[in-house]
Amino acid sequence: MRNPQLNKHGELQHLLTLDGLPRGIITQILDTAAPFTEVAEREVKKLPLLRGKSVFNLFFENSTRTRTTFEIAAKRLSADVINLNVATSSTKKGETLLDTVDNLCAMHADMFVVRHESSGAPHLIAQHLQNTGRDHIHVVNAGDGRHAHPTQGLLDMYTIRHYKKEFHNLTVAIVGDVLHSRVARSQIAALTTLGVPEVRVIGPRTLLPTDVEKMGVRYCATMEEGLKGVDVVMMLRLQNERMNGALLPSPQEFFKVWGLTADKLALAKPDAIVMHPGPMNRGVEIDSAVADGSQAVILPQVTFGIAVRMAVMSMLGSH
Amino acid sequence: MNIHIHNGRLIDPANKIDAPRDLFIADGKIVGVGSAPAGFTAARSIDASGLVVAPGLIDLAARLREPGFEYKATLESEMDAAMAGGVTSLAIPPDTDPVLDEPGLVEMLCYRAKKLNRAHVYPVGALTIGLKGEQLSEMAELVEAGCVAFSQANTPILDTRVLSRAMQYAATFGFRVWLQPLDPYLARGGVAHDGEVASRLGLPGIPASAEIVALYTYLRLARQTGARLHITRLSCAESLDLIEQARKDGVDVSCDVAAHHLHLCDMDIGYFNPHCHVVPPLRSQRDRIALSQALADGRINAICSDHTPVDDDAKQAPFSESEPGTTGLELLLPLTLKWAAEHKLPLMEALARITSEAARIAGIAKGGHLSVGARADICIFDPDCHQLITRNMLRSQGKNTPFLGLELPGRVRFTLVEGTVMHET
Repeated sequence: MRNPQLNKHGELQHLLTLDGLPRGIITQILDTAAPFTEVAEREVKKLPLLRGKSVFNLFFENSTRTRTTFEIAAKRLSADVINLNVATSSTKKGETLLDTVDNLCAMHADMFVVRHESSGAPHLIAQHLQNTGRDHIHVVNAGDGRHAHPTQGLLDMYTIRHYKKEFHNLTVAIVGDVLHSRVARSQIAALTTLGVPEVRVIGPRTLLPTDVEKMGVRYCATMEEGLKGVDVVMMLRLQNERMNGALLPSPQEFFKVWGLTADKLALAKPDAIVMHPGPMNRGVEIDSAVADGSQAVILPQVTFGIAVRMAVMSMLGSH
Repeated sequence: MNIHIHNGRLIDPANKIDAPRDLFIADGKIVGVGSAPAGFTAARSIDASGLVVAPGLIDLAARLREPGFEYKATLESEMDAAMAGGVTSLAIPPDTDPVLDEPGLVEMLCYRAKKLNRAHVYPVGALTIGLKGEQLSEMAELVEAGCVAFSQANTPILDTRVLSRAMQYAATFGFRVWLQPLDPYLARGGVAHDGEVASRLGLPGIPASAEIVALYTYLRLARQTGARLHITRLSCAESLDLIEQARKDGVDVSCDVAAHHLHLCDMDIGYFNPHCHVVPPLRSQRDRIALSQALADGRINAICSDHTPVDDDAKQAPFSESEPGTTGLELLLPLTLKWAAEHKLPLMEALARITSEAARIAGIAKGGHLSVGARADICIFDPDCHQLITRNMLRSQGKNTPFLGLELPGRVRFTLVEGTVMHET
């Protein structure tokens, strides 16, 4: 079975997941992103790389932040951007996912940026495009179910590389709700592919996927055990609906045990960086003192995110 | 019509025959095995050189989708599929719409099937009204209408007291209760085996414990109530030990496995292949091997197809949203032969799992064997011919199978039902 993300020349055809994406391509994306960070600081922030191309933001699940960053990235590459909030339109009228895609193809889309609440939806679209001979249309996964959020994973890698230069000597901890997190899965795939020797996941067992160790990570129950000597702390967002019930007793208890405070951060290396994919729940997974502290790189992550998304879209648009 | 089937290799697991024997058919019945009865003249003779002559296959789980889901499949389309697959008797799960919980409905289904005059239909009635797990169905009347057993299809009973009483009531008459073990709470929201693959793909998991916890409950209640239990579509290795233990404790329990579970595991989901979305889910490779071995040594009694035609629209959706199920009637024989070849089992052993053993479980006396006087339901196939599985070759309206594009052994050449040739290639 061919990797559905690559074309027959081994180039990036779609960006669906970081799991199974060759290390060379991940590095290529990060390298391509580097000059784009400077574009934002110029007087004229536009490059003509996607001029005349139509990028459709196809969001079956609500999102403002991710959609906006994709929109900015596409516009900086001079693409025409069409935002579709499908969560409130055609699917509610019973249209199937692939019918929606076919309709947009008829409007001459060149690229789909897809967010969907079901794992695997972007794969389905990519496969459909291939089966119908529309290889010129590219798919970027902007988050599917619990499965993957590859551009988030990539911008996290960009951020780590920016501050730590290398991957091969790092210890990284991912904290919180790994079970429901597409961000965590993409982070783990990227970190292990890039050669990080030790990736730890920290959290209650109710929020861990079965056989998480087989993803190449080490499980630590407590922050005391997991944060010791780490270079990077990656916090995950805890969804409101998971705070009370059979997964967790209360947000208070979660914060007490797994919330990132200055005390707990002191266990990490002194130059450790703190990351968060946003939006943050202050006082649930992270204390404000840490979120706004000197070790936090949460806002640079957002800035790098635009450059990384520009890199992905320009690479897809170039072939 | 009098038919003489000659030069074939007759395999009749019920009578332990695997030998070159001719078969003589008159008035829809087998009238001679090996030698013709006095005064027999054949109106047609079928040359079965190089072919196996076997009892018509019996499928313990085939959804024909009628009534209620005619856009997915109809009795006509699925009966054609059965004939093409050499399957002459079908046990029908009760999860139609409306549910098979009323004698009138069951009679109607049997009548419609009989009018089509192809495979014999054996409805499995709903154990509780509407499969809701609250009120017992009229089992005695349903049996009179044609039901051969009672089940909950894929809707487990939540209330264990109702389950216990349903078993007790069925035991009153000696009716067999067919259950697919699944704890609805542990399985809630799950779409794939809870393991490495589901974790990686971010698919909500169904843990093995969902089967094991439920199975333990069913076996324990069967022991207490004396119900005759048939466990359908096992998926976990650990279930096998529980069943063996129950048998030692004197529980009357048989079990089957779906054909696709003998060949596929969760790794086959690949990049979210919705054809691998089935209930129960494809489990780990370790589970698959254990099931396959248990079937070979007889701990699992039979194979069913768990035939569930699904329309393309319902399958072409993200994995979690796609409708579970796989089409299987036409693959029952090929997948059984492939399994037997992997274990180097003789053909007779393989065919027993889809003829004599299945007949015993479903209580079908007239079919599943080739004795003189039996119904002339016959499947004649070429065991050495491999066929490429394609959408076009499938007669079933459901083209949903993970085996598309694979070459599988066994090509059905003739299917006879009550002495009439219904399928011929």
